[in-house]
Amino acid sequence: MWDRNQMAARAAEELEDGWYVNLGIGIPTLVANYVGDKDITLQSENGMLGMGPFPFEGEEDPDLINAGKQTITEMDRTAYFDSAQSFGMIRGGKIAAAILGAMEVDEKGDLANWMIPGKLVKGMGGAMDLVAGVGRVIVVMDHTNKHGDSKLLKECTLPLTGKSVVDRIITNLGVLDVVDGGLKIVECADGVSEDELRAATEATIV
Amino acid sequence: MKKIYPNAATALDGLLHDGMFIAAGGFGLCGIPELLLSAIKDAGTKDLTFASNNAGVDDFGIGILLQTRQVKKMISSYVGENAEFMRQYLSGELELEFNPQGTLAERMRSGGCGIPGFYTKTGVGTVIADGKEHKEFPTGKNGAMETYIMENGIFADLAIVKAWKADETGNLVFRKTARNFNPPAAMCGKTCVVEVEEIVPTGSLDPDSIHLPGIYVHRIIQGDHEKRIEQRTTRPSASGETREKA
Repeated sequence: MWDRNQMAARAAEELEDGWYVNLGIGIPTLVANYVGDKDITLQSENGMLGMGPFPFEGEEDPDLINAGKQTITEMDRTAYFDSAQSFGMIRGGKIAAAILGAMEVDEKGDLANWMIPGKLVKGMGGAMDLVAGVGRVIVVMDHTNKHGDSKLLKECTLPLTGKSVVDRIITNLGVLDVVDGGLKIVECADGVSEDELRAATEATIV
Repeated sequence: MKKIYPNAATALDGLLHDGMFIAAGGFGLCGIPELLLSAIKDAGTKDLTFASNNAGVDDFGIGILLQTRQVKKMISSYVGENAEFMRQYLSGELELEFNPQGTLAERMRSGGCGIPGFYTKTGVGTVIADGKEHKEFPTGKNGAMETYIMENGIFADLAIVKAWKADETGNLVFRKTARNFNPPAAMCGKTCVVEVEEIVPTGSLDPDSIHLPGIYVHRIIQGDHEKRIEQRTTRPSASGETREKA
């Protein structure tokens, strides 16, 4: 089974040299630690390409934050732009991939990650634009919820963020692709058997 | 052409009325028109509709207008940081229209460009698409049809934005990620009032480096900004060059 960092490291393998990539909040943020020598430019959808690491203490700039509202830094390659242009490049398919967290994914590639009815609704932020626009949507999440129920479903039960948008799912148990007819196992996490992966998955595995 | 006003209250004089629609720049607490929001609070204008990506926090940003119950409706993409907002929303005192963030930005931009509607893939198959016009375009692989929904441009009575520098004619320069929603918000307002950290003499800004031309800007004030940080995140200096979290 993979821990958070191993999932992030596995997700980083998905990224190709030269890509412009948007990383979501949570485990996806950790992916930046594992890109190695690959030339990856990170987009922050509040208006920046070339997002750098957190600043050293005392060097925080209130005018320089990421989409999670955290203070960050710029790099030599950094470019700033407004929100309309930022989502223009997202909607326009210029961002090669987005790596996002999720509450539920189903076998048709539907994604739910923004709202639980009856609970506090904070909003979708840029998630709907990202999944509708970027070249490749990679979900990184735990395979099951805290009750042990599968998060890879036949059909999402929560309000959707996007329909038929997910390409690949990386969980603590393995990697699956959304294909015609269901999900296809790409690989199992260390120490996880294919039977265990199937048993933890409600979605059809083809 | 006299665009410069002595303070936020005078810059808003004659522009405010109950029930009006205001577009505001800012992302989280970054690049928000804090002085103008404070002046709107003091003016007591009520039943306001705000198009703004976020709603501030309880005691800063649009949050201060929620405390005084001056806001009737918010059009936003993410409002998670504001407890008073949630309380008013859950009790039915406050209307909320969620827009995907890029849709909100484009609604402002297109409204400012005289485009009353546009088609986007964002939100197709979700609750956002409910009741909206659907249309197919041959944008898929090998000309395959793809479904889009129509969204409306925003035409606001007033835009309030924050820039870094302005010249006396209203040409604006923003700083780093504080640009965010400010240019599109500025564009979609019938009148646009801008607060800046510094007004510089006309001619001192490089014409090639102006982010928003003064044609969009009607009134300007200069003032001191608190520029509050919402999530102060740092890395230990001992780690030197190594990348912590991005």
